[in-house]
Amino acid sequence: MSTIQSIDEQHPDVALVERVRAGDLSAYDTLVRKYERQIFRIAQHITQNREDAEDVMQDAFLKAYEKLDQFQGNSKFYTWLVRIAVNESLMRLRKRRTGKAVSIDEDIVTEEGSVPRDFADWAPNPEQNYNQSELAEILKKTIHGLPPGFRVVFVLRDVDGLSTEETAEALGLSVPAVKSRLLRARLQLRERLTRYFKRKTPAVSPRGNGAEA
Amino acid sequence: MKCSEFLAILDDVIDESIAAETRAEIETHLHKCGHCEVVLDTTRKTIEIYRSNEIYELPAEVSERLHVAIMARCKKVK
Repeated sequence: MSTIQSIDEQHPDVALVERVRAGDLSAYDTLVRKYERQIFRIAQHITQNREDAEDVMQDAFLKAYEKLDQFQGNSKFYTWLVRIAVNESLMRLRKRRTGKAVSIDEDIVTEEGSVPRDFADWAPNPEQNYNQSELAEILKKTIHGLPPGFRVVFVLRDVDGLSTEETAEALGLSVPAVKSRLLRARLQLRERLTRYFKRKTPAVSPRGNGAEA
Repeated sequence: MKCSEFLAILDDVIDESIAAETRAEIETHLHKCGHCEVVLDTTRKTIEIYRSNEIYELPAEVSERLHVAIMARCKKVK
C-alpha cells in the first residue's frame, strides 16, 4: 500500500530539514517549537502518564534529530516524527506493563460501541453545564476508556487534523484499518459522552397536556 | 437507505467526502430517521468538543524546560 504523498508545492518544513542537515541547529529548534505540543499530546494520550509523556517527547525529538539522514522526504516531516513518537510511547507503555505486549495494530475484537444504542439528543452547549476542570476530567476519562489503538487514531485524525493516509503512515496501519478504528472510536466516544451531555428532560407531569407524539 | 447503510458511511458524511448523488439519499433518510440524525449531530459535536478543549495542556514552564533539555541533548550528538 502506498501512502506516499505527492508534494507539489514545497512544505515549509522541507527547507528547515535541509538547514538542519547542513548543520544549522537553530532550524531544528524551530521544528521542535512548532511540534512539541502535538508530540506531547500524542505521547500523553498513548502512555496516559505525564512523566512518560515528557520523556517520550524528549526522546522522540532526539531520535528524529539523530536519524534525520534516514528521513526520505517523501512524507511530511511531521508524519515521520509522529511515527517515532508513537513507537517511543508504545515502548514506555510496555515497560510499565512489564512483559505485556502493547501494540497499536493488534486487532481489537470488540463490538462495543460499533452500533449506537443511546439516541438521546444533547443539551444545547452541554459543556457549559461543567466548569473547565470538570469538563477536562470528563473528556479524559471518556477517551481513556478506549483501546490505545482507537485513541491514537482519533487523536491524530480528529484532534491533530492528519489525513487518513497520513494517520495510516504514522501508525504503520493500512488505510482501511484506520477508517474502521476511526468510526468505532468516534461512535464509542459519542456514546459515552451522551451520558454526560444528554438533554435533561424537564420533569413534566406525565399527563401533561399539549405534546402529541 | 437503511440505518445500517447510513452508519457505514457516517465518517464520510462527517468528513464531507460524499458523492453528490448519495447526498440526496442521505438527506431523505435523515429527514425520516430521528435516531440517525441524532447520531450524526452528536458525533460531530463529540469531535468538536475534543478539538476545542485541550485536555493535555503543556504549561509554558514545562515546555521551556523540555525544550532546553531537547536542544542540549541534540547539541551533544554532533
